[in-house]
Amino acid sequence: MKLITKDAPHIRSEDTVRNIMIDVLIALGPAVAGAALFFGWYALFLCIFGAVAAEMIEWFIVKVLRKQKEFVPDFSAAVTGLLLAMNLPPTAPWWLLLIGIIIAIGIAKQAFGGIGQNIFNPALVGRVFLLISFPTLMTRWINPLMAFSKSPWDVLTSATPLGVLKQQGLKEALSSFSYTDLFFGNVGGCIGETSVLLLVIGFVYLLYKQRVSPIIPLSYIGTVFLFSSLFYFINPGRFGTPLFHILSGGLFLGALFMATDMVTSPMTFKGQAVFGLGCGLVTMTIRYFAGYPEGVSLAILLMNALTPLIDRVFKPRIFGEVKS
Amino acid sequence: MLSFRGGIHPPEKKELAKESQLLYLNPPEVVYVFLSNHAGAPAKCIVKENDQVKTGQVIGEPGGFISAYVHSPITGVVKKIDKIYHPIQGRPMEAVVIQKTSDDEWQYLEHADWENLTKEQLLETIKKAGIVGLGGAMFPTHVKLSPPADKKIDTFIVNAAECEPYLTIDHKLMLQKAQDLILGIKIVMKTLQVQKAYIGIESNKIDAYEHLKTLLNSDQIELKLLKTKYPQGAEKQLIYAITGRKVPVGGLPMDVGVVVQNVQTVIAIKEAVVDRKPLVQRGLTISGEGVNKPINVVARIGTVVEEILKYAGGIKEEAERVILGGPMTGIAINRLDIPIMKGTSGITVLLKEKEYVQKACIRCTKCVFACPMGLQPYLLYLLANKRKYDDAVEEGLLACVECGSCAYVCPSKIDHVRAIKLAKKVYQALRGGKK
Repeated sequence: MKLITKDAPHIRSEDTVRNIMIDVLIALGPAVAGAALFFGWYALFLCIFGAVAAEMIEWFIVKVLRKQKEFVPDFSAAVTGLLLAMNLPPTAPWWLLLIGIIIAIGIAKQAFGGIGQNIFNPALVGRVFLLISFPTLMTRWINPLMAFSKSPWDVLTSATPLGVLKQQGLKEALSSFSYTDLFFGNVGGCIGETSVLLLVIGFVYLLYKQRVSPIIPLSYIGTVFLFSSLFYFINPGRFGTPLFHILSGGLFLGALFMATDMVTSPMTFKGQAVFGLGCGLVTMTIRYFAGYPEGVSLAILLMNALTPLIDRVFKPRIFGEVKS
Repeated sequence: MLSFRGGIHPPEKKELAKESQLLYLNPPEVVYVFLSNHAGAPAKCIVKENDQVKTGQVIGEPGGFISAYVHSPITGVVKKIDKIYHPIQGRPMEAVVIQKTSDDEWQYLEHADWENLTKEQLLETIKKAGIVGLGGAMFPTHVKLSPPADKKIDTFIVNAAECEPYLTIDHKLMLQKAQDLILGIKIVMKTLQVQKAYIGIESNKIDAYEHLKTLLNSDQIELKLLKTKYPQGAEKQLIYAITGRKVPVGGLPMDVGVVVQNVQTVIAIKEAVVDRKPLVQRGLTISGEGVNKPINVVARIGTVVEEILKYAGGIKEEAERVILGGPMTGIAINRLDIPIMKGTSGITVLLKEKEYVQKACIRCTKCVFACPMGLQPYLLYLLANKRKYDDAVEEGLLACVECGSCAYVCPSKIDHVRAIKLAKKVYQALRGGKK
């Protein structure tokens, strides 16, 4: 019998980084399944390819380039790869995804020092890089349920709800897409973003497992709702209904799974609320006033940059601290 | 139910020792009694080798204002005064080694009938009995019970939370010595001259709550049911849950008019004042997956761990850690010849734990949300590692109560508490050692 001494506490919870990441992968499951249903097998292939390739690239960087002795995958790279895939149009070629992953893992994550050290959400960095470098490939949308029989490159390209809203106004947008379609995901858009329902199911699983707090999503989506209500009140024809804004585009994917990225979001209750608020405001500003119809990715990246500042300003009150 | 912000829910594991009856251990053949059996200055030894001592005879006198009397726990002869490893100080400290020569011959405390004692005499008795905080902090009780005149105390709280996993001794004592507890509370109330006392019990000890309820007949002592949550028994959290008062950062309970004592301390006060017995023994829980027969015992101070473990059927071959106290705040020892002290509330023996490798912080916020003091443990850890002690103090380093909640919940298995404790020590050493 050998007794060891160690510092208290002598018991630890069973949570590990790997457990958390596996739960996130599970939580993304419904949306991935939905993507296969809506956009066909190729979309499913991209999702799996993204996750596997990201792990392999991380392994390569850590083991080969950094020459670290051990590499135990914590699946955080897989989450990044999967999220990036879900943020691409269903017609994206596999090599495009690969480039995005190299940027995401290689630059946005590992160049900063690996997990926990990165300032920006790696998947979003990858996505925005692709968006700027390959604008055409990144906006080749297709209608859902058309793809099962055909290969995605043969089908007619279509537009996303927000695209229609931007180009043709609310009336046209509402006649093309019903709220039910938007909720269930039966619309054009990125692989994993279209179904609000399936994303929420996954997020409820994370809440149930106590992996995330709902503060950022509530604050983010709430802000989008209030902000768009205000603008809808000012000019209904141009700006779109609040419900339309909430259900369309990548808002739910962004708010539930990207803005909540632990590494790049604030640490306190107040800080997270402010973070969500900022994401909401920037998203809507881009949607209304910028040339690009969607604003979620850029909004989150911008708020990522502000996270250290938010952490500095919004600290929890120390128990018993006297108000000054 | 009453509670506080933050905290965690570790597995309670109370069921292991809960059913076992309180066992009074026979006085051991040898005891090792530290002269530093309390917080503050070590006691001054007043016996020498070959002196005959009776059970309850003073062997050490207070070595300062914050210090306490030390008594012989058995009847015997002083073999030697030796330096042995002190688990709290982490270095060898003076201890009196006493060899038993006969059954207990008590030397009782001398004082008038307790009902006739004045406040000052009560305090003196408590001091003479060598009573210290038995919850684990070992702060001399007479000092705690005599706050400076400008601190008006109006409330006395009995800490019956026992929020540490595995430990059940306070629970057991509340069931078996409820009358003593209530009498002890009355004595403390008289000493403090307060009209109101609360007993704060966690909801997982509902039978003790019901039992005490049937015995209490005055409004002056009130039972309060607390949510089962760690660290409900931390003084500041307990006071807040029961009274809604917040002890200021860097302050003490007396700053908000409250004195808190642990269940066993109150019972020890009753035994000193009514039964005239100085503090020579205490109750403790022997539990954990690593012991064969978890049990609650009353043992003499200075009994070595090995001896006590025998009564629990010994420890299993696979046992890996022996902890003085509970698993959240206790101290792991790697040898079994270490004696228990006045503040040893239990011996927890754990099996080999799943091995975790420490990973980088992923900023999951769990530590921030778990901290009962509203601190940001991840940040303190970061600053401590960068040796930015002043910044860490700015962020509340000194407010940390070292409850271990942050390290418990951390998915990256970061040892926040170790870094924080070390940073506190370094900071205090650098800044003139003022505690």
